Amino acid sequence: MTDATGVLCLVETDDGGVIDASLRALTFARTLADSSGSPLAAVLVGPGEAGLIEALGAFGVRDVHAITSEELRAYSPTRWARALLGVVEATGVDTVVAAGTDRGNEVMAHVGALTGLAMVANCLSATRTGSSVSLSRQRWGGSLIEDAVLESATALLTVAFDGVQAERAAAPSASTVHEHHPALDASDLDVVVTQWTGRSGGISLAEARVVVGGGRGVGSAEGFGAIDELAQLLGAAVGVSRAVTSLGWRPHNQQVGQTGTRISPDLYLVSGISGATQHLAGCQSAKHVVAINTDPDAPIVARADWAVIGDLNEVIPALVTAIRERNA
Amino acid sequence: MNVLVCVKRVPMVGARIILTLDEREVDTRQLGFTVSPHEECAVEEAVRIIEMNGGVASVLTLGPPEAVEQLRDAAAIGATRLVHLVTDGAEWDALSTAEAIVDAVRRDEEENGPYDLILFGNEAPDTGDYQVGVRVAHALARPCVSGVKHLDLAATTVRVRREFRGGDELFELNLPCVIAVKEGINLPRYPSLPGRMRAKKAPVHETAVSGRAAAVRTERLRVPVETRERAEILGTGVDAVPALLALLERLGVLS
Repeated sequence: MTDATGVLCLVETDDGGVIDASLRALTFARTLADSSGSPLAAVLVGPGEAGLIEALGAFGVRDVHAITSEELRAYSPTRWARALLGVVEATGVDTVVAAGTDRGNEVMAHVGALTGLAMVANCLSATRTGSSVSLSRQRWGGSLIEDAVLESATALLTVAFDGVQAERAAAPSASTVHEHHPALDASDLDVVVTQWTGRSGGISLAEARVVVGGGRGVGSAEGFGAIDELAQLLGAAVGVSRAVTSLGWRPHNQQVGQTGTRISPDLYLVSGISGATQHLAGCQSAKHVVAINTDPDAPIVARADWAVIGDLNEVIPALVTAIRERNA
Repeated sequence: MNVLVCVKRVPMVGARIILTLDEREVDTRQLGFTVSPHEECAVEEAVRIIEMNGGVASVLTLGPPEAVEQLRDAAAIGATRLVHLVTDGAEWDALSTAEAIVDAVRRDEEENGPYDLILFGNEAPDTGDYQVGVRVAHALARPCVSGVKHLDLAATTVRVRREFRGGDELFELNLPCVIAVKEGINLPRYPSLPGRMRAKKAPVHETAVSGRAAAVRTERLRVPVETRERAEILGTGVDAVPALLALLERLGVLS
């Protein structure tokens, strides 16, 4: 296997095709493959439909490995890891990449556990020279960057959720599809998704184009009335800080942060949040940030593009009134 | 129920992280220490489980002598047994950490019977590696799921729920198993004063451990370059509302 090279990227799909996080992972993987003149391959679970193959080709994928076994249709971290490992062994690639999603990190952790290989999460960039991979990865949810060297014949990497921009290849590749039907020994250890409840109603925080954020500065659970109203007027999702969920003012699924939801809206209108590392880690990929804060030196103001210095409990109700008047 | 929770001592970083002079570590001299929010919830979950079902809620940490503080914090909210794998303070990678935990689990289980459930936080806040629990599960040949935000225990199984694409996905695992939980699975209680007093005197089972070289070698840490210009101040208080409204109009978020 000494002369075998190549980068294999695990790709996740949904009804809309390849998910954004996987497109970013593919961009990362292509740069890494180019650094050592290696080909880029992708692996996906499910049939290699034409639309998907074309999308992968646009990102520079030459070979698509489609895993089509029936017992792999439902997600199972151990089964997906064993199937991915099968493709790694069949192709002899020296690097395996996945998006830093819940599933991407989980499957790669299982591959690491099955093989005893190191798995490096949250990577931003990587280049390979021989058996060394020089890489940069996020630490502390992106508040720090670590430059490191991984010594491994087979590198297992996941890509930071919000650290890489998706870019198509300069020239699309014509992809060849290879079908794999791994026969998996049933194992008592296999855990398989038994049900997905489907999307719950309302605007998903992770996918919202506009997020209205409130923190401890809101003052109470009842104080969120004006924030909810503003969010409704803007068709926005409500996001809150960890302080707010820890106080029980709002449910945890509204928390923006390192241990909550990572958001990437066009606009994050954030008030009463000072901007601790924990929170900033969750809103790094917001395109525009408008902060309303009483403290002009708060870290969130430094992170913002625009700021209003003042009490959100005065500014937000006044803004709500102004928007209503405009809409009337 | 015999539940084990594994936690990691980490500094409480503020909005700006200061590095040591050699740029290889976070300068923790001015910082307090804690465990991740995911792990606080894992401890709370273990305590609730034994409150409902009886049993032992053990908490284990691998870390320097000072990490006993994190074990006592866990005891203060109800953890009943403390296990400290004492290191010299150097950072351990996920492989060595998992190996040491597996050794400790095997020793414990020989003495006290099997752990029905081993809980981890979904990822450490510093390294964010997502993998120690998974490695421990494989070494012990136990099923494992990560990212769990709700769990229902039955006699021989546990049903768990986690978020997936705007909804929830469900799994069922046979006991014994390993589960990595996320913050939000519960709202941890505050320690009571008697809890704190009890924790001070709780015995700690200590074992000295040493790790092996990591496959990943840190060259240096750095603070990301801030390319953003200073925020444009739109105004002060309600006087800024017209400018704010105009900005929202310009950004196209008003219908």
